[in-house]
Amino acid sequence: CCCGRELFSWRLHSDIISTVEFNYSGDLLATGDKGGRVVIFQREQENKSRPHSRGEYNVYSTFQSHEPEFDYLKSLEIEEKINKIRWLPQQNAAHFLLSTNDKTIKLWKISERDKRAEGYNLKDEDGRLRDPFRITALRVPILKPMDLMVEASPRRIFANAHTYHINSISVNSDHETYLSADDLRINLWHLEITDRSFNIVDIKPANMEELTEVITAAEFHPHQCNVFVYSSSKGTIRLCDMRSSALCDRHSKFFEEPEDPSSRSFFSEIISSISDVKFSHSGRYMMTRDYLSVKVWDLNMESRPVETHQVHEYLRSKLCSLYENDCIFDKFECCWNGSDSAIMTGSYNNFFRMFDRDTRRDVTLEASRESSKPRASLKPRKVCTGGKRKKDEISVDSLDFNKKILHTAWHPADNVIAVAATNNLYIFQDKIN
Amino acid sequence: MAGASGLGTGPGAAGGDGDDSLYPIAVLIDELRNEDVQLRLNSIKKLSTIALALGVERTRSELLPFLTDTIYDEDEVLLALAEQLGNFTGLVGGPDFAHCLLPPLENLATVEETVVRDKAVESLRQISQEHTPVALEAYFVPLVKRLASGDWFTSRTSACSLFSVCYPRASNAVKAEIRQQFRSLCSDDTPMVRRAAASKLGEFAKVLELDSVKSEIVPLFTNLASDEQDSVRLLAVEACVSIAQLLSQDDLETLVMPTLRQAVEDKSWRVRYMVADKFSELQKAMGPKITLNDLIPAFQNLLKDCEAEVRAAAAHKVKELGENLPIEDRETIIMNQILPYIKELVSDTNPHVKSALASVIMGLSTILGKENTIEHLLPLFLAQLKDECPEVRLNIISNLDCVNEVIGIRQLSQSLLPAIVELAEDAKWRVRLAIIEYMPLLAGQLGVEFFDEKLNSLCMAWLVDHVYAIREAATNNLMKLVQKFGTEWAQNTIVPKVLVMANDPNYLHRMTTLFCINALSEACGQEITTKQMLPIVLKMAGDQVANVRFNVAKSLQKIGPILDTNALQGEVKPVLQKLGQDEDMDVKYFAQEAISVLALA
Repeated sequence: CCCGRELFSWRLHSDIISTVEFNYSGDLLATGDKGGRVVIFQREQENKSRPHSRGEYNVYSTFQSHEPEFDYLKSLEIEEKINKIRWLPQQNAAHFLLSTNDKTIKLWKISERDKRAEGYNLKDEDGRLRDPFRITALRVPILKPMDLMVEASPRRIFANAHTYHINSISVNSDHETYLSADDLRINLWHLEITDRSFNIVDIKPANMEELTEVITAAEFHPHQCNVFVYSSSKGTIRLCDMRSSALCDRHSKFFEEPEDPSSRSFFSEIISSISDVKFSHSGRYMMTRDYLSVKVWDLNMESRPVETHQVHEYLRSKLCSLYENDCIFDKFECCWNGSDSAIMTGSYNNFFRMFDRDTRRDVTLEASRESSKPRASLKPRKVCTGGKRKKDEISVDSLDFNKKILHTAWHPADNVIAVAATNNLYIFQDKIN
Repeated sequence: MAGASGLGTGPGAAGGDGDDSLYPIAVLIDELRNEDVQLRLNSIKKLSTIALALGVERTRSELLPFLTDTIYDEDEVLLALAEQLGNFTGLVGGPDFAHCLLPPLENLATVEETVVRDKAVESLRQISQEHTPVALEAYFVPLVKRLASGDWFTSRTSACSLFSVCYPRASNAVKAEIRQQFRSLCSDDTPMVRRAAASKLGEFAKVLELDSVKSEIVPLFTNLASDEQDSVRLLAVEACVSIAQLLSQDDLETLVMPTLRQAVEDKSWRVRYMVADKFSELQKAMGPKITLNDLIPAFQNLLKDCEAEVRAAAAHKVKELGENLPIEDRETIIMNQILPYIKELVSDTNPHVKSALASVIMGLSTILGKENTIEHLLPLFLAQLKDECPEVRLNIISNLDCVNEVIGIRQLSQSLLPAIVELAEDAKWRVRLAIIEYMPLLAGQLGVEFFDEKLNSLCMAWLVDHVYAIREAATNNLMKLVQKFGTEWAQNTIVPKVLVMANDPNYLHRMTTLFCINALSEACGQEITTKQMLPIVLKMAGDQVANVRFNVAKSLQKIGPILDTNALQGEVKPVLQKLGQDEDMDVKYFAQEAISVLALA
């Protein structure tokens, strides 16, 4: 696993970061926050005058994606918080992304402009009006180079299709559709059509009192355009094939690990709820995150995961207090590295965990300004569970549960990761030799 | 021209050396960059005026380079620009310079918005025809190649539509290159491009030599039809129709049918849906022999497909399938091979399937003739008239005219009536609305006697429905009935009942009387209007509800032209004058409006 790295950190968001996502090339990194803002970072290209600048991410564009709204029919406030961002495969010089809050999905275009038209007929260079009676010749404007300007413009708004809160959006590999999932339903959209979407999963019982589980996350397969999965609060994952029928209420695969009766407790059901599901880039595996662990499933084996990695097993004894302060309901996300050989997910106390799948080694790292200086290597951290605390170890009791790392992202090709720690964004990468 | 305008108004008048004809053009040019998108759009739409003023040379050397980089604008501006450029050849100096229009259109053909790209491609196709064969190879073909090998899929998708316009006019060497380029786009990495290629495959095949169709298009078709993405495969079904039209029966059997058979059994319901949806086209393209041997069995499978969407699409095609069969075999094929499956569909579990079938099934009666209809179809119609889903019943009722021609509607009337009554009283007002709209049709088919006896009371009941849209539709319905059955019928059956409502305690019902009078007066003519309706309207001028009073004013305005001068001056005028002094503002307003429209002041 990669641990020696340079560090860049930003604190541009005034609000808590709620999602982090690299685009397909990894040159752009988008973050969304609780205040409805989206900030996009761009990776600096090789620069001869500043040899070390390669790899640095700088702010490329910032825009307000969602505003707070009020649903007058239901007397509900709709938060502006960005729940998810997903990039579209690049289709021309501009970049496109989908951003969503609880109810409304928006398609944004981020484009560059480096030319400006000059020359008017009715006014001169400094803007003074010309005498309209003395026009002797027509002037056609000429385009002149100007400083690069990055514009973000809303292209489409996909609204009014979700009764419950949207938790996931995922772009299909067919490049023309995407899905959006809320607690009870999954809808399929065409990227060019905003006034119509198809309901492909609906688990709402006729009588809401019979409700036993909700959809927690959903994602399309990276290559097979007909396959998607969704996870539930009961710790199960359903894989659906859109070829078999229009409404995918009947899954084609059902992934569930049999419960270990010895570890059964009052909290079993809560902590088995899946907070994130991600296909590997290869499409062969998927990874799920529950409260205490991250699991890797082979799509060909439904009976149990092929790998289970403990994220913070030391919290098992603390579940009671984590329940009382609501932390037990935190929704941690997880991500794969570009080659699917390593996975990353977050924890508390600004710690995040990385697991190397080949060597079976894992590491706990800390994202914080105090503990790391720019261009210095990150030191592994250790949480002590027993009575005696060694040097450099931190005791479970002194973990700060307000500093949680829920959102992380891994560059699709390089060893560059982005970690959101409340309102700070950290980017780490391998040292350049 | 400037000097000739003399001392009149206009900017030219004051300055000696200015040219006043330039001013409006100068404004148009400046507004190409106005902040207001409406003004920019306006300027773009008058681009030909600008080009005309600039002359062909400056249009080529200044305006087009500027437009080439104008790709940052709003979609509607870009769309208008793409459209304008398609008709610009004359403005840049004729066919010899048509290639000057390619750079701006090339840029527009790569934008992300499909409508803009499509319009740019359409204009490019148009301009390609204006190129000389030499210019086509020197400018147009290289442009197509650039697009086809572009980095982004937007440009490659646009290229797919351009091959077929340059191919027929290109030299043999270039033709080979074009075919090669098209081939590579058919196996592009991005599904977007493969879809674009698949959707243009048929069009491209049509301009190719028959040998190339067999040796190159057919393999491409086979590949696309087994693409890993079902969104690509389903487009191959469409291409199948165009390709089939080019091949002989024998070739069809060996080259196309294996692929089509595969599509009928595709794992993805969307592909099977496409086969069902394009069934009539396929049937025509494949000819009667293949239809009989292959397509009919395939259709049977589609009618009992596990996915309801597919069954519904197939059910929709039942009538067309019958119509496209050879006349001599029609009856036997439908009776023996299709009808058994249709019988199943009548009791399908899915309401969409049933309603799709109900929308076309009546059409079969013409094909099957009187006896078969009575024996086999009638029981189905009757079952559908009792279906739990109102849409099924409505679809049957709305197509009654087909069956009336064959067996006469009387056969159905016993079952029809309860179905109509039930729909007329459905809890959903949209269902009630739909059945009202079929009332004039039903009245025509069933005749006045049956109508008076069974349906008249329904029509009157709708007038007091609690939903306004229903009352409104019921009013219009009365007018259509009067047009059908005549004034005498109106006077005896409708008018008295309508007029009674003028004394209803509910003011909404009293207003309905007025609305009915508005609708009926013209159809009923002067005598009935003056003698029966007018007194009631005038009496209602004293209503205690202001809404009724101002509707009296509106009604008087409406029926005024039908009345004679005596009635107008002697009866209407005093009442309107009184209403013109009403304490309610709205009543006053409408009364005064009526007075002025009827010229009673």
